[in-house]
Amino acid sequence: MKKSLFHFLNWTVLLGSTILVCLFLGIILFDIFSKGVSSLSWKFISRPPTQGMTRGGILPAITGTLWLTLITTLFAVPFGIACAVYLNEYAKPSVLTGIIRASIRNLAGIPSIIYGLFGLALFVQALHLGTSVLSAGLTLGLLSLPYIITTTEEALKRIPDSMREATLALGATQFETIKDVVLPTALPGILTGVILTLSRAAGETAPILFTGVAFYINGSATSVNQEFMALPYHLYMLSTQHQSIEQVRPLAYGTAVVLIVLVFVLNIIAFYIRFKQRTQQ
Amino acid sequence: MDQIKLSAHSLNLYFGEKQILKNINIDFPENQVTSLIGPSGCGKSTLLRCFNRMHDLSSDARIDGAIKLEDLDIYDKKNSVTEIRKRIGMVFQKPNPLPKSIYENMSYALNIHQFPKNEIPKLIESALRESYLWEEVKDELKKPAVKLSGGQQQRLCIARTVVLRPEVILMDEPCSALDPISTRKIEELIISLKKDYTIVIVTHNMQQAQRISDKVAFMYLGELIEFGSCQDVFQNPQNELTKNYVGGHFG
Repeated sequence: MKKSLFHFLNWTVLLGSTILVCLFLGIILFDIFSKGVSSLSWKFISRPPTQGMTRGGILPAITGTLWLTLITTLFAVPFGIACAVYLNEYAKPSVLTGIIRASIRNLAGIPSIIYGLFGLALFVQALHLGTSVLSAGLTLGLLSLPYIITTTEEALKRIPDSMREATLALGATQFETIKDVVLPTALPGILTGVILTLSRAAGETAPILFTGVAFYINGSATSVNQEFMALPYHLYMLSTQHQSIEQVRPLAYGTAVVLIVLVFVLNIIAFYIRFKQRTQQ
Repeated sequence: MDQIKLSAHSLNLYFGEKQILKNINIDFPENQVTSLIGPSGCGKSTLLRCFNRMHDLSSDARIDGAIKLEDLDIYDKKNSVTEIRKRIGMVFQKPNPLPKSIYENMSYALNIHQFPKNEIPKLIESALRESYLWEEVKDELKKPAVKLSGGQQQRLCIARTVVLRPEVILMDEPCSALDPISTRKIEELIISLKKDYTIVIVTHNMQQAQRISDKVAFMYLGELIEFGSCQDVFQNPQNELTKNYVGGHFG
């Protein structure tokens, strides 16, 4: 009797915590959506802001974020996957690779503002790329690298050695084995990690703050060495820096909704890939 | 006297500090089936994997001594490991088809070794026929290989090895994951393959060793204890350890 009461309490505490967490998430989402949905319209996502950003849409911020994510992808994905392949397939276990792995895990824990400062020093100043979408994209790429490397390595670890031995025993080189068997088989796992990382990067504000994001740009960025607008910064600016915050509040909520939907879509794609992989096995 | 196809000379293998194989000297005669038997951990699979250099990727494995395919020293740095593995094929304990179609499983090795494109379909058909698999799969070559039954997968893995026309086929307990009917099919296949190939097989199963082998090598704790014809080793073992093992007193 006493035991079952204990179990019941345990169970309710666990369930209660879960419900509480979900409740907070629900309240936040409900709050944002209920306040932001009124300002959503086709015009809102297809027009630039007008009249000191009290009217109009957020098109340059959307295109800026897409640009930024594209540059981050082009930089971080090939390097991240190559690094993971090296660590998991080629590097012999040694003190050095242990240090490299530990460093990569630690990099993932560094606050994003530090990446912003580093990007400012390296890309903007030392490499003379200026404050631009390129500098910001590269900075976000650096931030994404440790996550991409770690998730790719996990995906590669799940490929059993018997699969590698199959092609090696047929006289394939190690490179052919990786290219033809290991990477294609690990692809769903790699993609999931990449998409989740990019969706996180797309919502970052601090790393782009010093490296290229602008308060207001007339029209969309057309080249990689221009400054740009981005959704998270636009949101930050509308809700804290604008001269008439009360007036633009609906626009800020609308921007938040667009950003959340963008990240949600990316997450759902990742979820779908994982689901498909599981049902195929 | 039998023609010697594959041989090991004073072969020692270490994983780190630990010596796994101790001074192995053995000759495998051409077109015969040689079984490696012995209790778990005696080093028979480790020895088998020396013959196609599968230990190359384990960084702590160290080998001295020599292994020769006829006169070719397979650990000589001058010789390409991919070329050696093309001549010495291997079939593993658990069927490991590639996550591709049956046809692609067969064509993969032919493509990487750059066989002429127009010969590939014929080579694949004849290898599948030799492996008693053609009739079962000829209408569904596009099907994913993992959809086949375990026994069919293992015959596909044998066919995939045979298609390269190797000289030696190494088999590491190829039936241990299979049911008795599939096992019998594989055993028949092994016996029919020996006219064209030299076969070295690791097995735990004494009956299987007696059914398929011409020669039997008994290993214990990393040493080759006894090597002789199947009949000698099973009916008239010279060594006390061999006598106890084949008599079922330990293992």
